[in-house]
Amino acid sequence: MNTVLALAGVVIKELYRRKDFYVLFVLTAVITLVMGSVSFFNDAKIVRYVKEIALLLIWISALVIAIGTTARQIPAERENRTIFPLLAKPVTRGQVILGKFAGCWLACGLALIVFYLFFGVVSGSREHYWPLLNFCQALWLQWVMLGIVVALVLLGSVVFAAPSSNGTISFIVILGILLLGRHLNQVALQQPEPLRSVVYALYFLIPHLEWYDVRDLIVYDRGLVRWVDCGLATLYAALYVALLLFGAWLVFRRKPLNL
Amino acid sequence: MRVPLKTMEPIVETKNLRVEFRAQNSGQAKKVAVKDLNLSIRAGEVFGFLGPNGAGKTTTMNVLLGFVNATSGAAFLFGVDVREPIARQRIGYLPELTYYYKFLTAEELLRFYARIFGIRRAEAERRIEQLLKLVELESARQRPIKTYSKGMQQRVGLAQALINNPELLILDEPTSGLDPLGRMKVREIIQRLKNEGKTVFFSSHELGEVETVCDRVAIINQGELKVEGRVADLVEKHQANLEQIFLNIIGYEPQLSV
Repeated sequence: MNTVLALAGVVIKELYRRKDFYVLFVLTAVITLVMGSVSFFNDAKIVRYVKEIALLLIWISALVIAIGTTARQIPAERENRTIFPLLAKPVTRGQVILGKFAGCWLACGLALIVFYLFFGVVSGSREHYWPLLNFCQALWLQWVMLGIVVALVLLGSVVFAAPSSNGTISFIVILGILLLGRHLNQVALQQPEPLRSVVYALYFLIPHLEWYDVRDLIVYDRGLVRWVDCGLATLYAALYVALLLFGAWLVFRRKPLNL
Repeated sequence: MRVPLKTMEPIVETKNLRVEFRAQNSGQAKKVAVKDLNLSIRAGEVFGFLGPNGAGKTTTMNVLLGFVNATSGAAFLFGVDVREPIARQRIGYLPELTYYYKFLTAEELLRFYARIFGIRRAEAERRIEQLLKLVELESARQRPIKTYSKGMQQRVGLAQALINNPELLILDEPTSGLDPLGRMKVREIIQRLKNEGKTVFFSSHELGEVETVCDRVAIINQGELKVEGRVADLVEKHQANLEQIFLNIIGYEPQLSV
């Protein structure tokens, strides 16, 4: 556990010493504040649009941070050869995978906290209303969803040699799941066999990341998701994370590393 | 003063070690990087592993460190199969070039590796203090490694290799690319480790350096072990210095006309 946490610590240090996070945060803050300072058509409900835009930017930024940080982990370790002094220590490849996952996921969590604090301040200052539990639940579900994303990209990072190809492919796959995943069952109905079964299988195989998107509940003040559902969604994510990390370990464990 | 050998048990041992790499193209034959290598290094020895580029030195080290799996044969560190991570608990490794997290400071890097070895915080801080002093990096301890010169990076490398107070040090061309002063400093540190009774297994192209520091050497060419023995014995047997023996083994014939 100590090794896993030590590895995670290095990933987190790398995140806050690189400029990516600051750039994304400043961009989100500037766009949100500019939108929030303009009053369109004297619409009293304008704050909803500001919230919607801020949450969309938070989702995009969090995905960029998660994919960008994770995609370069193992390929960059191999490219910069930092993997060699590391594996020359009593470290198993499984611990490397777990450490990288923990680091990337915790780093995403820290970034989300900063983003949601900013969102809370902006939305609270306009609405004079602080639905803290809703914010916490949205943050938790988004963080859990990012766990699946991080595990998926980590699996890609042991398969693809270059961080850029891994990042691009992962981004397309994750965006595809987020935008099309929920419609696959309807698409399947319109297909002839055996394509129908294939699309159905795909529908049940992919992790449904869209389930973790509760932005509308916050924007339209629709209350909380039931805590039982929240727990089940967490379990569902944990299962996918475990499967994806196991896959990453299977690929990485016998991979020859040549100096 | 050398610490006497505590045991005759080999610290590093390879038995008929063979490493083959898959051919790049389907028409090509497999590349045999190491051919049935038998090595045995005992506690307290400084062992020089020599050979021209591509001879199989780094591949052998890669197997010992668990980076590459042997095609056949076996390798052991402290009697433990090198595929077991625990075999690396008592070793320190310095790669040929500096491969460290450049965004960390020397202090942070050493703290990270100390944590991996499960060294307690107070003990780790004490060792970091000692090692930074040993490699003369106390004043640069809080600077990111990316701002270091090559010599400084190599010395950080030595410090990280020593963080767990290892019994065996595996050094892959430790003075490669260093200026004469940097080389001398690294050599002094190896000499000091030798005096402390550490077992050192190192590859080098600097034959003069090997002759000065090593107890025993092995010369490998095209994956095959050609010669192994005490430096003094080899010099006496071949009536030549180490460089001449080396050149003779690799089949180099000097061409005097230019």
